[in-house]
Amino acid sequence: MENISSLKKQLLVDFQQFEIGLNGNAVKPIHQIRKTAFDTFQQLNFPTIRHEEWKYSNVKSITEKSFNFSGKTDFSVEDLEQMPIPNLEGNIIYFINGIYSSALSKIVSDQSELIILPISEAIIKYSALITEYFNTNTDSDINAFSALNTAFTQHGLFVYVPDNKVVAQPVILRFITDARAENIGLQPRNLFIIGKNAELQIAESYRTLGENEVFTNAYSEIFVNEEANVHYYKVQNETDSSYHIGTTAVLQKSKSVFTANTVTANGGFVRNNLNIKVDGEYAEANMFGLYIPNNTQHIDNHTVVDHMKPNSNSNEFYKGVLKDKSTGVFNGKIFVRQDAQKTNAFQSCKNVLASTDATMNTKPQLEIWADDVKCSHGTTTGQLNDDALFYMQARGISKATAKSLLMLAFAQEVIDKMEIESIKVYLQGLIQEKIYNS
Amino acid sequence: MLKIENLHACIGEKEILRGINLEVKAGEVHAIMGPNGSGKSTLASVLAGRETYEVTEGSIEFFGKNLLEFSPEERAAEGVFLAFQYPIEIPGVSTTNFLKTAVNEIRKYKGEEPLDAVAFLKMFKSKMAFINMDQSLLNRSLNEGFSGGEKKKNEIFQMAVLEPKLALLDETDSGLDIDALRIVAEGVNKLKSPNNATIVVTHYQRLLDYIVPDYVHVLYKGRIVKSGTKELALELEEKGYDWIKSEVDQLV
Repeated sequence: MENISSLKKQLLVDFQQFEIGLNGNAVKPIHQIRKTAFDTFQQLNFPTIRHEEWKYSNVKSITEKSFNFSGKTDFSVEDLEQMPIPNLEGNIIYFINGIYSSALSKIVSDQSELIILPISEAIIKYSALITEYFNTNTDSDINAFSALNTAFTQHGLFVYVPDNKVVAQPVILRFITDARAENIGLQPRNLFIIGKNAELQIAESYRTLGENEVFTNAYSEIFVNEEANVHYYKVQNETDSSYHIGTTAVLQKSKSVFTANTVTANGGFVRNNLNIKVDGEYAEANMFGLYIPNNTQHIDNHTVVDHMKPNSNSNEFYKGVLKDKSTGVFNGKIFVRQDAQKTNAFQSCKNVLASTDATMNTKPQLEIWADDVKCSHGTTTGQLNDDALFYMQARGISKATAKSLLMLAFAQEVIDKMEIESIKVYLQGLIQEKIYNS
Repeated sequence: MLKIENLHACIGEKEILRGINLEVKAGEVHAIMGPNGSGKSTLASVLAGRETYEVTEGSIEFFGKNLLEFSPEERAAEGVFLAFQYPIEIPGVSTTNFLKTAVNEIRKYKGEEPLDAVAFLKMFKSKMAFINMDQSLLNRSLNEGFSGGEKKKNEIFQMAVLEPKLALLDETDSGLDIDALRIVAEGVNKLKSPNNATIVVTHYQRLLDYIVPDYVHVLYKGRIVKSGTKELALELEEKGYDWIKSEVDQLV
């Protein structure tokens, strides 16, 4: 007899309600994808720690709860003013409790270079693009959370850049989730299609507030076509009572460049999956990450880069500073398929344990079937350098300040790789505050 | 200024300093010499407060205060400066930022207001001119990728900024060619005043051609076994350390 978790029970009911709510739209081809995904979710179930991919990240505490996914909120413009990102410019799209807010959002780029729509509208208006791309680069068949997100596809953003368009203004998605009244759940589903030789900067920013719990199950698909260049930022500043499971699935074509910066300043339980398929030659994939957990925060980054074709490069660089009783996980997979000769793949993950109670689990996984490749990987986890601390103390700097300076310098290397100035400054402030004052 | 009495210190089970007695007055330059492993660098580290060493016996008084009760940063704020034999490279922290933090933490310790950016920069520029320090080095990460000479010069520059009462130069000559040695020694000499004192720890006499000591002490097996004036250093240069070793070992 299967023991059904309370969250699953809730989702079974929610899905029925969701189908009823779709009315006539439940006959569209996309709904077949949803239904298949929901069946898959039911079969897969939420993973346990016996599942290799979830060994260090126990989701039991999420599945034992229930969350309101309806998007209901009393969030106001005044509340928003309390959580600014100064000097933020570009196409700024707000999702409050997972629902697109047309009142708060602002689109500045011209429609000829950039189409931005809530995904529910795009399903109707851009059905050809949806059919061509939606859920075609997915792990919905093997990952219960991805399946669940696909099943409930309704809220999220659709972004399309036609061929040869260089979009000057970034697209910034701000997910603000207000759990002051009750537990809130959201399942944003985003689809970014960047045409050939086009350029775009994307940022997803997650922020939660309130004492209650938040469960975010996010999924973003990004298609980077031939010779396109995409910069992607994922920025997380969520409360200790937030659970965030998110996947960014990227498909790169020849001569494209994709760069991800994943920075987790705060979050109670975070699992970021970054899956990149390099399905083209002379392409470049960059993955940069930074996480600074404190208290009992748990931050897990799983990355996969799959080199499918020859002559491409990937470059991965993650850093973590772990304070208090926090835990971190880094799992970095590199696949180099038999065809992918002359691949260069580099991976590095460096961690500082700022407390003896903090724990970091790192696991590089390389699977290489081609014979003419260059791959390197290295992970380190250590304490702050005693010699450096003494050197600073000998100049009159207190041990606490010396530690903070060293941690900040360590983290800075990742921050420096960011190109959207306002987000860089915002994160710098968050991280400085966290390192010095927590 | 400094009074060391019967100082014993060990690292783990191993006793390295076995009863050091030394008195240093303002305006003086003392050289501590001795063969490898005699405890010279340990003495400098113990004075600066390195926690790896445990002081098991004896006392260190600095302007009448018990130095052993102070943390390394408090000692620095009280006016002790250790110029490191191997200055540490600290990626991501510029020399400027590092020293600004140090200056203001010391001011806080003394109950003074922090220097604002303008005042700090003004002081900084005057010290740079005084020591002839290159601006480009100061904007780079602290000591990262610096040559041996640049690192030692940076130590002397830091000393100029922090204006210590007691400077401990730990093997400042090691790894320097003769030109770099002269530049570093010039800096030290410029900073000398009747109000501060310098302890030069060195294996070789050559540094003492440039930084002329008032007193020379020979350390061997954790004790000062011979003291004299700068002529003692010349004698050591000529005869090596063996004659002192055999003198001492015969006594034991």
